[in-house]
Amino acid sequence: MEHYNMNLTLKVWKQKNSKAKGGFETYQVKNISSEMSFLEMFDVLNEQLIEENKEPIAFDHDCREGICGMCSMYINGQAHGPWQQNTTCQLHMRAFKDGDTIVVEPWRSRAFPVIKDLVVDRTSFDRIIQAGGYISVNTGNAVDANALPIDKKDADAAFMAAACIGCGACVATCKNGSAMLFTSAKVSQLALLPQGAPERETRVLNMVAQMDKEGFGNCTNTYACEAECPKGISVSNIARMNREFLSAELNSEE
Amino acid sequence: MAFTGFFLITFLIVHAGINSCIFLNDNGKTFNIVGRFMSHNWIVRFLELGLFAGLIVHIIQGLMLWRQNVAARPVKYYSNKPEKNSTWYSRSMGLLGTLLLIFLVIHLAHFYVGTKVALYAHHDAPHNLYAEMHEVFQQWWVVAIYLLGIVALFWHLMHGFQSAFQSLGVNNKKFIPIINAAGIGYTVIICLAFALMPIAFHFGWITYTPEVVPAIPVH
Repeated sequence: MEHYNMNLTLKVWKQKNSKAKGGFETYQVKNISSEMSFLEMFDVLNEQLIEENKEPIAFDHDCREGICGMCSMYINGQAHGPWQQNTTCQLHMRAFKDGDTIVVEPWRSRAFPVIKDLVVDRTSFDRIIQAGGYISVNTGNAVDANALPIDKKDADAAFMAAACIGCGACVATCKNGSAMLFTSAKVSQLALLPQGAPERETRVLNMVAQMDKEGFGNCTNTYACEAECPKGISVSNIARMNREFLSAELNSEE
Repeated sequence: MAFTGFFLITFLIVHAGINSCIFLNDNGKTFNIVGRFMSHNWIVRFLELGLFAGLIVHIIQGLMLWRQNVAARPVKYYSNKPEKNSTWYSRSMGLLGTLLLIFLVIHLAHFYVGTKVALYAHHDAPHNLYAEMHEVFQQWWVVAIYLLGIVALFWHLMHGFQSAFQSLGVNNKKFIPIINAAGIGYTVIICLAFALMPIAFHFGWITYTPEVVPAIPVH
């Protein structure tokens, strides 16, 4: 692919803190290489701002390898930008042309309040996990890896669900701000495996209850989440969670 | 939404099936016999209450979803491209449902109220529903309203049918192609049958001759 440099106009959401009223600020960046990642372009912009004695833009990032789930920008109207199955850190500047204007916003959700600029608080996801996204194990030596037979098909499906990095793009892109894709991936991952069996029913009931408590919206099956998910998590996980929920509800005597 | 949706989907099969009797073009004989059965049989009367209850619950659930979902995103996006990740009709179920509700009010005023008035207010007076359909659909703007209502129904079902299965947990590689195909087939057949009714009456493909009518059988 041919390398080129570009000048860009960036329209970025700036917000001092969770209480403050935010707004867009416009910045110019010059000579951005098409080989750079989107976050490297933001690094260049922030260096520029620091040199100008201005406050740099706060944004989340960690591994920059597309596997940690920290980066979280809504770029030109799409979670993680225009590429499919891709995180913001793996979005490269060759996705844009010289002279483009790029709008960058934080995830918008009542359950993801903005902390500063593009950084949102995603601890609501942590609380959903705490409500049931775990298994009980006996202490002592680790069990031999293959001691428990698991159907290859189930192991694969669990692995696919476990690929969820919890970035929140599903919530950000859903017109209802629903967290069903995330929660269902976490429920599925454990429901498919024998290790998840002891808490299987309480898990789905508690995680769904916590999800609702956090103020996420409801799923209306538009499947925007699957289309925008950087890990390609399937909405068949949502169907599985619905099955798990129905059967757990029917078995529940509380 | 899914349970009540399935209930309404089932009702539409019955509704479209019975109304298709008009296509026999027998001056409404068969249609009026079935229509009379539907308005007089007590089991059907009882199920009708269930139908209204199902419809009202479907609307209330829809309103609750809408209220909670709007609240879930207090600050909207400045730039948003939902067309990149989902179909317009899957995102417009509330709007399509509202259009359907407006259509339903018109529809019930046309055909349901008249039947009930004849039944209760006029002590089971003879009521020729076929003749009423024939008369109502002579006006082009009524036909236009009905076609618009059916267009709204088409898109509502295009999303609703498979969505109801998803909500009840039926979605995997084996079932989803079958469900999607059945959903499209159902939607096209039901909507085509309904759309042909006003069109056929309006353009005289099916006819009505008042003289020959002994339409109401003696009970």
